[in-house]
Amino acid sequence: MYTAIVFLPIIASAIAGLFGHYLRPRLCEIITTAALFVSCGLSIVAFYDVAILGHSQIIMLAQWITSGDFEVDWMIRIDTLTAVMLVVVTGVSSLVHLYSIGYMHDDPGRPRFFSYLSFFTFAMLMLVTANNFLQLFFGWEGVGLASYLLIGFWYKKPSANAAALKAFVVNRVGDFGFALGIFGIFYIFKTLNFDAVFAAAPAMAGKTFVFAGYNVDILTTLCLLLFVGAMGKSAQLGLHTWLPDAMEGPTPVSALIHAATMVTAGVFLVCRCSPMFEHAPVALEFVTFIGASTAFFAATIGLFQNDIKRVIAYSTCSQLGYMFAAAGVSAYGAAMFHLFTHAFFKALLFLAAGSVIHAMHHEQDMRKMGGLAKAIPFTWAMMLIGNLALTGVGIPLLGIGTAGFYSKDSIINATYLAGTPIGHYAFVLTAVAALLTSFYSWRQFLMTFHGKFRGGEGHHGHGHGVKLEDVHESPLTMLIPLGVLATGALLAGAIFTHYFIGADSTGFWRGAVAVAYGHGGAKELPLWVEFAPFVLTLLGFGIAYYYYILHPELPAKLAARKGMVYTFVYNKWYFDELYNFLFVQPALKFGRFLWKFGDGKVIDGLGPDGIAARVLDTTRGAVKLQSGYVYHYAFAMLIGVFVLATFFVVTGGMP
Amino acid sequence: MSFLLSHLLSIITFLPLLGAAFILVARGSEKTVANTARWVALIVTIVDFALTLLLWVKFDGTTAAFQFVERAAWMGNGISYHMGVDGISMLFIVLTGGLMPFCILASWESIKTRVGEYMIAFLVLETLMMGVFAALDLFLFYVFFEGGLIPMFVIIGVWGGKRRVYASFKFFLYTLLGSLFMLLAVLAMYFYAGTADIETIINTVHFPVAMQSLLWLGFFASFAVKMPMWPVHTWLPDAHVEAPTAGSVILAGILLKMGGYGFLRFSLPMFASASVTFTPLIFALSIIAIIYTSFVALAQEDVKKLIAYSSVAHMGFVTMGLFTLTQWGVDGGIFQMLSHGVVSAALFLCVGVIYDRMHTREISAYGGLVNRMPIYAACFMVFALANVGLPGTSGFVGEFLTMLGAFWVNTWVAIFAATGVILSAGYMLYLYWRVIFGELVKPALMTIKDLSLREFAILAPLVAVTILLGVYPKPIFDVTSASVAHLIAQHKAEVAFDQAPHQNQIKLASRGDVR
Repeated sequence: MYTAIVFLPIIASAIAGLFGHYLRPRLCEIITTAALFVSCGLSIVAFYDVAILGHSQIIMLAQWITSGDFEVDWMIRIDTLTAVMLVVVTGVSSLVHLYSIGYMHDDPGRPRFFSYLSFFTFAMLMLVTANNFLQLFFGWEGVGLASYLLIGFWYKKPSANAAALKAFVVNRVGDFGFALGIFGIFYIFKTLNFDAVFAAAPAMAGKTFVFAGYNVDILTTLCLLLFVGAMGKSAQLGLHTWLPDAMEGPTPVSALIHAATMVTAGVFLVCRCSPMFEHAPVALEFVTFIGASTAFFAATIGLFQNDIKRVIAYSTCSQLGYMFAAAGVSAYGAAMFHLFTHAFFKALLFLAAGSVIHAMHHEQDMRKMGGLAKAIPFTWAMMLIGNLALTGVGIPLLGIGTAGFYSKDSIINATYLAGTPIGHYAFVLTAVAALLTSFYSWRQFLMTFHGKFRGGEGHHGHGHGVKLEDVHESPLTMLIPLGVLATGALLAGAIFTHYFIGADSTGFWRGAVAVAYGHGGAKELPLWVEFAPFVLTLLGFGIAYYYYILHPELPAKLAARKGMVYTFVYNKWYFDELYNFLFVQPALKFGRFLWKFGDGKVIDGLGPDGIAARVLDTTRGAVKLQSGYVYHYAFAMLIGVFVLATFFVVTGGMP
Repeated sequence: MSFLLSHLLSIITFLPLLGAAFILVARGSEKTVANTARWVALIVTIVDFALTLLLWVKFDGTTAAFQFVERAAWMGNGISYHMGVDGISMLFIVLTGGLMPFCILASWESIKTRVGEYMIAFLVLETLMMGVFAALDLFLFYVFFEGGLIPMFVIIGVWGGKRRVYASFKFFLYTLLGSLFMLLAVLAMYFYAGTADIETIINTVHFPVAMQSLLWLGFFASFAVKMPMWPVHTWLPDAHVEAPTAGSVILAGILLKMGGYGFLRFSLPMFASASVTFTPLIFALSIIAIIYTSFVALAQEDVKKLIAYSSVAHMGFVTMGLFTLTQWGVDGGIFQMLSHGVVSAALFLCVGVIYDRMHTREISAYGGLVNRMPIYAACFMVFALANVGLPGTSGFVGEFLTMLGAFWVNTWVAIFAATGVILSAGYMLYLYWRVIFGELVKPALMTIKDLSLREFAILAPLVAVTILLGVYPKPIFDVTSASVAHLIAQHKAEVAFDQAPHQNQIKLASRGDVR
């Protein structure tokens, strides 16, 4: 059964990819989508069997690399952590497949698109079912490839190609750390198998080894290296620049890969390696620091974006930061819980945004929307639910609310409960980020659905505006997935909270995530902490309402003033410009310099070409010597005799 | 059958020569001769490939001893015709056999002048390459090793591009200069050991440490050029650019592997202590090769040059892996050579496909090919990804193992080498973007055709091999591991021997346990 879950998508992908040329596109859609729904059904069974009934298992598939005592095999590992991911991945993926049938209905490249989508799902499943670091890395790079292919799906657009390349290379920067981490793990533990490494990890706590010439703490170093990989994949501060650009891909891709599944792989990695992180306190602090900073930083950028997808992209970045912040304070359950609920509501938001874009005939600029609520009421309702879940609306004292209410608030609470300086740092930033989240979410919602319709005005010289009468609700294939996800976004929190983080969590996880003694644990939460997210969220809504409904003319005025903070944030803190200046341009120039100067002038100049030139000079000289005049030769002989005589006189005849 | 098996290596080696002789005597109009030459060459190389597969099937991977040994007197006194393979050399013979039919097929239509001579050159080259990997006598090896220069020189010089004369001379001078030092070393070894038998020298002869260094440098001069290692790599881009497609395939696929093979067969086992002494040098040059040439590749404007530079970078991983002298590093190095043999060959074949259509290698002359050549784009993508070292392709396994070995020995080396992983993604996908993606706007490309059946038949098997070896590389390691383990053990024993006091008296006695 588990083998089927993993391999059905790749079989479907191969069929659609290899024979898509000969099959009708509709057939490719049906094959891949059906395979995914079967896979999803089996995953739900697996989830029940493994997570609820407790039947974890490991299945051997085949040998992979065997060299000396380095042995790595293809295996499928199913424990609770995997089961959660299985449901998330196949669930969202099957819905996105279905949705794409509607969304992509007029695209000529559909077989290719569905093949890529299914391939992605396969790679992601290989990632989450891995039983060793190398197979994890296989899945890791595999999803990177799928992401690259799908971002660049519309290959005629230069911006899409650039974004695809950027995504791959930036991820490779993260993988650079990840790969070194894997080498290090093998160096220390002599194996890459999870169980063996995790069993041996506690014994390594506090020990050191020599890395890059320094004597460093083993587990801290290894965990930090792994985390560099996680930062790349999960678009954390510093390596986040590829995610917003990745929105060049079709919207279903953004929902599946760049919101619900692939980008959460980093969080999954940290949770999977929790037995190692637990003994590397410095690494944990770093994880929280990066996570909380990203949560705040990405939320600020989200405030002023005008592209409906980019707002959600930065929101994703920010929410991933939340998850890391939780993992860093050993609240792995909360991190995974947020990953789980986030998959529902973020996929919902993206797909709803896709529905808006579809209705607006591929217009993504929110400044040209407004007042769409009446034209597309179902999408409006879905987006509303998504926003309620994302902003975590609920009633604190009764303890009931949307998905985000349980998972996000539990993260904010966990950072407070950590009680460490870094925990407080994370608490403040995540709480403020909750305010920002609420603002940008409702801003986006209000700009899109309420106020006056601003389409058809021809902003910025784009002549063809969309008229409100042309805006129609999307087809059923797109609306059904929205409905399913919306149900999840409303209820997933309430249903699963006691499994992931509540009373039943020990029996649920059964060691799949490890918490060392003294970390975490239940403590009393002050009332104001419990209420803080709620109040901040309300505040965010209020501000958004004030600016975009009551005084819709104000934002444009503020933007026109171009205050320093606004400009800085609007330009995404200038990360792209900085990287372009620091890395991209110099790399190209450096390559040119090494080629023209290093290879051309120095090596060839002194080497073959230089020697060839000298040989030519010498021969030309030799030619001149052969003048044909007897007295020239006689003179040369005389010089020769003189030199020989001198030589013998000076050395006494001995060489 | 028994004759076949007992003389398998000789048959594999000299069968192509027989084919060449056959073409030589073919008579008729120019067109008939050309056609005969093509078919003879194709059949001979395919039969030869089948024989190399038989070699693989009959090969015993559990022992490090030389197999399929043949011995005959040659030049008297310690110089003999001695052939044999172990786990290190066997797969290179298979690789050579496997790539040749592709070369013949790739030249089927693109070579129009002097087809007979062209095929003869390739068949002679095949004999010489097979000989390099099968020879177990210093002089025999030297003859094959040097002899290979001549047909390659001719192939580039006659059927090459515009600057073919410059390129072929550069190629010839570089490799010849390196080989001269090797010849001196070979002579010195022969006079010291009294035999030119490689097996005997490896197992029973021990060179004094001071002499080892000189000999090591002599061989290094030749192998470094062949590899090629930085800074003696500049002949390679020129040679590749000017060579016809099949010439590039052989150059990248096989000739570059002779350097690495040489290190394994001579430098590491025969001059163990010297190898240890010079390891930092090798590491430094390998890292420079990886980073430096990757940057250079990033700036290239010529498709073939870009792939040539990327070859240098990939060979950097090989030398780094071999000199880690760990099982992983050496296994990985060998695997990387085999994988690169397939992948770079395939990349050059891919370039050949569009070169045959457009007669230019300028990257800027292309763009948007996927619009008209989707199958080509898919094949090219697989090889590009293998070149990038994506897990699941053959390119990953070798790269990973060599870096694993490097980490074991020196973390700095691994860190520097790992940056190559980022850079390779950069230059390769940047190339892919510029050639394949985008809108098809160049007028000349509007009518370009996708792969013909012949071209598809060339690329499809290579795609399959690339993925198969990435997912299931076990057959390769089954062959190499015993020999590599033996090599490493032997190397350790040699070094220990050099470091032990009173080494001179126990020279031969202590060596019994090594083998």
